[in-house]
Amino acid sequence: MLSTHKLSIGYSRKGKKTIVQSDLNLQLQAGELVCLIGPNGTGKSTLLRTLAALQKPLSGGIKINGREIEQLSQHEKAMHIALVLTDRVDIDNATVLDMVSFGRHPYRSWWGNSSVEDEKLVSQAIEMVHLTHKKHDYFSELSDGERQRVMIAKSLAQDTPIIMLDEPTAHLDLPNRVEIMLLLHKLAHETGKAVLLSTHELDMALQAADNIWLITETMGVECGVPEDLVFNGSFNRAFECDAYYFNPSNGNFSMNYPLTKEVWVEGDKTRIYWTFRALARAGYRVVEAAEVVIRIENDAWFVNNKRFSTIKNLLNELEQVVK
Amino acid sequence: MHARNTILFFMLSVLTVVLFLADLAWGSIRIPMSEILAVFTGNNTDVMNSEILLNFRLPKAITAILAGASLSVAGLMMQTLFRNPLADPYILGVSSGASLGVALITMASAALPMAVAGSGWAMILAAVMGAALVLLLVVGVSFKVQNAVSLLIVGIMFGTIAGSIVSVLQNFSNPDAIKLFVMWTFGSLSAVTWQYMQVLLPIAFIGIAMAFFLHKRLDGLLLGENYARGLGIPIVQTRLLIVVATGLLAGGITAFVGPVAFVGVAIPHIARGVFRTSKHGILLPASLLCGASLLLVCDIISQIPTYTLPINTISSLFGAPVILWIILKRK
Repeated sequence: MLSTHKLSIGYSRKGKKTIVQSDLNLQLQAGELVCLIGPNGTGKSTLLRTLAALQKPLSGGIKINGREIEQLSQHEKAMHIALVLTDRVDIDNATVLDMVSFGRHPYRSWWGNSSVEDEKLVSQAIEMVHLTHKKHDYFSELSDGERQRVMIAKSLAQDTPIIMLDEPTAHLDLPNRVEIMLLLHKLAHETGKAVLLSTHELDMALQAADNIWLITETMGVECGVPEDLVFNGSFNRAFECDAYYFNPSNGNFSMNYPLTKEVWVEGDKTRIYWTFRALARAGYRVVEAAEVVIRIENDAWFVNNKRFSTIKNLLNELEQVVK
Repeated sequence: MHARNTILFFMLSVLTVVLFLADLAWGSIRIPMSEILAVFTGNNTDVMNSEILLNFRLPKAITAILAGASLSVAGLMMQTLFRNPLADPYILGVSSGASLGVALITMASAALPMAVAGSGWAMILAAVMGAALVLLLVVGVSFKVQNAVSLLIVGIMFGTIAGSIVSVLQNFSNPDAIKLFVMWTFGSLSAVTWQYMQVLLPIAFIGIAMAFFLHKRLDGLLLGENYARGLGIPIVQTRLLIVVATGLLAGGITAFVGPVAFVGVAIPHIARGVFRTSKHGILLPASLLCGASLLLVCDIISQIPTYTLPINTISSLFGAPVILWIILKRK
């Protein structure tokens, strides 16, 4: 659907080129959700903007359905790619319906009256993001999460095979983030659209994405199914840092605490995970040969046969017994 | 919603027509409605009345409509292009160019006899050339700059430069020449005779027609330039067309009428407030009618006293409170 060939992205100012990424050969397929992730400053936004034809590539080419993007007119591009950007939109007096109707802009004649087809697609788009009950509300009076959903509905109404979203979940709380990722996942799978989004939400991307484009300063863009990138260590390399490490067992980042003291933990599996976290924060390394053993049984912790019902009390005790 | 708009448009149109007739009827000499009808149907007997009506008040009223409509439409376009509620038609520096032209011909052309320097056509020609020059510069810049904000700064800079040159000229000019220039800056709707109307009317018509042609793209621009591109709007071309249309409207009106303050910035807000929409398909005709009505009111007020007040002061007295009201309401 969309492919790049030896693409170089970056900025060119007064003939001086700043190359952010080069030699990119990427493929975006229909019906898949692709998450573009990577540390700050590696060119996530630049890549997305270049693919969306908002800025020119330094070299190489981008093809949409076999045609070079540079040969497409602005109008043809709008028929292929719909965008959700981070640009702040504030329009007085515009209702949700008005905003979503913007998506039909490329299909209208200059006088711009909407056809039955337009209206049908607009209400479908609004329904898909569950905002039908707020159809006539003013856009400026919506919450951030609702606004983002309106902008997504706008891109749906544009009825393009590709949707690109720049950080669609930024500034949203957890329920809204999850809902939007689920929505995009569903869209890609049910409507056969190709959805490309950039995000900082690593765990969310790992769960929702069919494919990950992992962008790093040194390695370029690595593509793959999320789990494969976890197993081959790409995530660890991409986000390598002294302060934290990528924890493959839960898909999260864990902080690197200076661990000076040693204990051993055994027992109930679910409690072990949280106990580990608390111990790491307090500076305990968990090793089998340790002198002090914490046993987890019957929703409580036992150290030297003393029972503790909270982590707080447990840590207080460890303070006394562990040297 | 549609029914409400239809009623509002009907009321606005009626208001404009009523004000137009009132503008013809009222003044230092009051002409009754029956006389006005008689003049237009050709059954008139009073030569004096028909002279005042046909050669003075009628072109003046038409000019008021043209100026109000043009400046409001141009102001709306600028506010949308720059996504700034305080943008006005003069923000591109076009009228500063016009005033520089007029300043040059009234004050710097010591070689020209006063009769030539002060004659209508010479001043209009100078204003048109000044406006066109700045417009060309701004258009040239609009191809180069990345975003509309740079264009805004360029316009303001040109305006400042033109303003300083005018000050320098004033510093070295004699009082007569300065008075001539200052009179021009007051603005005058009665300066437009039928002869000038033949030029002003097509200019205003083309500018307004361009604005209506662009109405859908203007809607898209409200989302910001990136989103507008994403909707298939060719940004550079659109920006150019908007600049040219605004240049024609603001430059044309300034050249023939002089600078008329505040109409351009205030009216689009009134139109938005009344019609409660952001669609230019509605806002453009709404601004046009509101602008025409407001300037007709200003003209009626200005011709009530025996000595006619300058239109620019009346429109400012009207416009400033509107701006204040907008700012207070925005809070």
